[in-house]
Parts: sequence; C-alpha cells; structure tokens
Amino acid sequence: MNILVLIKQVPDTTDVKLDPKTGNLLREGLKSIMNPEDRHALEAGVRIKEAEGGKVTVLSMGPMQAIDVCTEAIGMGADEAVLLSDRAFAGADTWATSFTLGKAVETIGDYDLILCGRQAIDGDTAQVGPQLADYLDIAQVTYVQEIESLDSTHIVVKRSLENGYERIDCQLPALLTVINSLNTPRYAHIGRVIDACKAKARIKVLNAADIGVMTSQVGLEGSLTHVVKTFSPDFKRQGKLLNGPIKESISELLKQISKSDAATSCKAFAASCELP
Amino acid sequence: MSIWIESDLCDGCRRCVKACPYDAIAIEDGKASVLDRCTNCSACLAECRNEAIKSDAVPKEIPDFSDYQGVWVYAEQRDGVLAKVTLELLGVAQELAEIRKQNVCAVLLGENVGNLAEELIRHGAEHVYLADDKSLCQYRTLAHVKILDTLIREKKPEIMLIGATHIGRDLAPRLSRRVGVGLTADCTALSIDAEEKILLQTRPAFGGNVMATIANRYSRPQMATVRPGVMEVRPKEKNDGVITRLDVQLAESEIKTKVLEVFQEKRKHTSITDAKVIVAGGRGVNGEAGFDMLRSLAEVLEGEIAGTRIVAEQGLIPADCQIGQTGKTVRPELYIACGISGAIQHRAGIMNSRYIMAINKDPEAAIFKVADWGIVGDLHDVVPELIEQLTPETK
Repeated sequence: MNILVLIKQVPDTTDVKLDPKTGNLLREGLKSIMNPEDRHALEAGVRIKEAEGGKVTVLSMGPMQAIDVCTEAIGMGADEAVLLSDRAFAGADTWATSFTLGKAVETIGDYDLILCGRQAIDGDTAQVGPQLADYLDIAQVTYVQEIESLDSTHIVVKRSLENGYERIDCQLPALLTVINSLNTPRYAHIGRVIDACKAKARIKVLNAADIGVMTSQVGLEGSLTHVVKTFSPDFKRQGKLLNGPIKESISELLKQISKSDAATSCKAFAASCELP
Repeated sequence: MSIWIESDLCDGCRRCVKACPYDAIAIEDGKASVLDRCTNCSACLAECRNEAIKSDAVPKEIPDFSDYQGVWVYAEQRDGVLAKVTLELLGVAQELAEIRKQNVCAVLLGENVGNLAEELIRHGAEHVYLADDKSLCQYRTLAHVKILDTLIREKKPEIMLIGATHIGRDLAPRLSRRVGVGLTADCTALSIDAEEKILLQTRPAFGGNVMATIANRYSRPQMATVRPGVMEVRPKEKNDGVITRLDVQLAESEIKTKVLEVFQEKRKHTSITDAKVIVAGGRGVNGEAGFDMLRSLAEVLEGEIAGTRIVAEQGLIPADCQIGQTGKTVRPELYIACGISGAIQHRAGIMNSRYIMAINKDPEAAIFKVADWGIVGDLHDVVPELIEQLTPETK
C-alpha cells in the first residue's frame, strides 16, 4: 500500500508569549514543530505500512527550514520525504496550497491513501485536506478518530462527531484527516534521523518548475482570499464587580454577558445552556 | 513578484514594521529592510509616508460579479433536527442581506425533512431549496457537494454561509474547491465593506493570538464557515417563504462512502488546555462536596474542572488539572474562578483566557482585578444559584 502523509512545520502556538505592554504577539523565539495532528497521521501511516507492507512518503510545503520536520518524519518511520520549497509558494491561502499540493501529488505518482492532520495550529482552517481530496477527485473522511480495518479497495473508520462518532466505509484511494485520539505517535529513532541527515537523497526538494506550476497559480498571487488587516484581540478586562444580593447579581451578570460584545465565549456560554 | 525598500527614502519610522502581519520587516542601521519570510502580502505599502516601499505587483483585475445575488445558508440537520448554528446563520444572513438589498435563501438536504423548511422560513429564509431523497438520509460529503455545486452554479448567490461544525468543516472546503471559490474558516464576525460592498470575514488565527480580517475579492459566492454560538438568532414575524423542491439524481458509486452506524456518546472529557470553559476552585471551596458542586456547574457549561496548587495538593483535583506557574497555562474562552484569591502564580496561568469571571467572598481579592465580571459572595450560595439560572427548565 502506497501511503502519502502531509505534514506541516508550524510555530508552536500553544507556547506564545504576548508583549505585556502592547498585547501583541511576540514571534521571536517561537519554536518550530511538526504540526501535532500531522504527527498522528504519520504514526497511522507507519503502522499501516508495518502491518500491510508498502511505502510511506511524507509531503511538506514550506521554507527550507521545514527540512527539519521531513528529517524527523523519516526518523519516525517514513521511507521518503518531499519538500516543496519555493519563494513563489509563500503567502498561499488554502486554495493555492491545495492546488500546489495536488500538483505535487500528481508528480509523486501512485498512492492508495493520503493521511493528514485535521488542521494546523497556526491557521486552524481544516480546509487543505478536503480541498486536496477534491482536486484529486478521491473520497474523503475528516475527523478520523480510529481506523478499524482496510483492504486494497476499502477502509473502515470512525469519524468523530460533536456528540459521538459514526462508522464509515470509504472507497480507496481516499484522503483522511485525523485527530489526536487516533493513536500515540512514537518518538523519532535517532539512528534513522542520523541516516536521514547523512543520506540526503531520501529528502527531495521540489520547486515550482519541478511540479509544473506557474508562479501566478501559487502563493499569494494564486490565492483567492487575502488578509485585509490583522489586529490583536481585545483582552482588556472589564472589571465589573457585582456586590448586591446573590439572586439579582447573577441575573444581572447573565444579562451583561449576553449583552456584551463578549461574542464567542459568552454566547457559547449562553448557547451551551440551551442545549437539549 | 517582490517587495523592496528604497533606503534613500526610508526614515526608519517603523510604521511598516508594525503593519507587517508576518514580522518580516526589520530596522537595520536606521533603515527598514525586508526579511526572507516576507510573503508579498503588501500590507506595508499604504503605511509608508515616504513611499519608500516598492512592489512590482500588477493589481489583479476583479471580474464583474453583478449577476451574483442572494445570501445563502446551508441548513445543517441531523436526524431531522436543525443544527442551532443554522438559525444563527439565518440571523446574520438577514443583516447582510438587508445591507446588500438581497434575499436570504436556505438550502436543506435530507430525507423526510420538508417540515424543517417552515422552521427555516420562520427564522429568516425567504426561499428554501429542498432536496429530499433517500440517498441523503445521512450526511455524506460527496452527495451534498454535488447537489450544492450544481445549485450554486445555476443560481449564482453572492454569499454562502456554512456552520463551522464537524459537518460544515467537512463540506465547505470540498465545496469551495469544486465551485472554484475562496473560503474563510471559523469566522466570528461578518460585515459588508461600505465602499467595495464585499464581505469582510473576521476570524481568530495563530491559536487565537491574532485576529485577521479576510476578503474574498476574486470569486463568487464569497464563502465562509461561521463558528457556532457567535451569531444571533433573529426570528421573523412574516411567514411567507417559497419552497422549491430539487430533483435529486445521485448514484451510490459517485458518493464513495457509506455510513455504517452512528453512535451517540456521553460527553468526552477534554484536557484543560483544550477546554473552552473551565470552572476552577481554590482554597475557598469546601472540600469534596464543594468540588462536586463545581463539577455540576462545569457539566451545565460543558466545561472542565480545574484548580489551584493548594487543592491539587489536597487531592481534590487530579494533578494534571492544576493551573498556574507550577501547573498548566490555559486559554479557555471562559474561565470561572471560584474561591480563588488570585495569587500572582495562579494568575500567570490564566491571563490568556478570553474572559474571566470570579466568585469570591472578599471584595478586595486580587482575582477581581483581572476579572471581566466578579460576584461578591459565598460561592456555596452563588454557584447553586448560577446553575439554577443557567438551566433552561427554570428560565
């Protein structure tokens, strides 16, 4: 079975420091890591290879430093890695990214299964997987929490829902996006990492010309959506103290929460109370 | 395409450094310079007072989209029950449609779901497209994509909104690629730009540390998924929508997936670092019984329970639920501190919370200084009352 695993190098957004004065994000010193859910996708791919035989190829797109996650992936059991790196790819939205990855997959050739994390922690969009599946015209299952069985033509998986899961029988070739309850990823084997560093041939770097795309089709130029502005979320505390009788204080509190521009959380807070 | 700086014109004012969303401009020897990580996004260009920033970009032409009309909502349902986000989408769709002077339409797919069309109309849909067929009994990606793609190409809506649920986030990206349009994920605010008349889509990025406003100028419909719980439901008094039934022709072979079974589970507990709502207790909580009460509150809010170092050491909460300097740093949407005085070590772990609510007997407690809302009172009286007022039956 030929398995492709999509991985992305991301800044560790769970370890972000904010400038205490301005509240702006401090990018300096942010660690770069393999996107957490992609790690689970890779583990799943390696396990299938170990059980059924075949080959695991990882595919990544990013600046040259993303070679680090490719090396780590080989340490975790991938056979080969392909890194798409070209300044022309920079600033891509998910439309341009899925197109670029699609062209790369066509360049790489045969595959039965494509695995990727549900979403990357820097963008949180969860869009590239399904968009790539559509570009390649193959079936997709997102939010996969368990792989039950597979043969050469079908795979049976559990797909996580808000309040449970569904079991899905899916035709191959297919693209699955996975969540972290799927498995526990192994650590990279240091010997394999050293081998990967020495024998550079196992990591191929491709640019725009190698996969046959024009620069106008990829990166910021090939994108359909654009960032108009960015700003820091307003984290100023309101500091409203309610000091009266408890019953009145609480209804006043709930009123304030529902009236405030405390959009997501507080309406979610209110909404969560209206669930059946 | 690239961006560069004419250093003769640059006075080192740092405006461009601040404007850059990617932190890709640095000041070296008093002059700005563009770093490798520049994505050519052009956000800096307008900021420069001296016109020192140059770009060789040719502005992309925006096609004429005047024949695209209507604000559409994907009506998500499961087992004949509409997802709450569907009604919320109809709420914001009405606002957008009023500004654009266009209609609100809903697209409803399923088996024996015709009765839901009335509910959609009562919540703002002027037109409901209904696809009712056995093959649509359960949500399946490719079935829904095919029907929606055909309909969108035929009717040309200007805006298409989908809930950012497990179904919506599966459907929307695939549909956007099929139709050939851009898509913005997980929006928390939508508005119409006064000049360009385009949809401005605001969403959290970078793990919620940055907000980004995104435009979709080059394709129609402008598509976005919207977070559940953000938009307001706006029921309509008039009740006169049109329902159009669609002809459904789907072959099993083109759907490629089968749903074998659906299981409902009791809510799974998530790690406190992923929790949207956290109810935390401190020294002021009266032992096991007190924490049981906090657990009921967490249950009502679908949140998780946590606590300070003291209560973790007393074994009242598991060690991995300790928050603060020596415990975990959390960033929930809502943090409810009960009987927590707010020592600096604890505050360090909660400052990235979106909203903080505190309950404490002592009006001088430090926790109130970092809270959005504070209630002065004994938590053993306040929490039960809060649970009662939050429980729908008693509303």
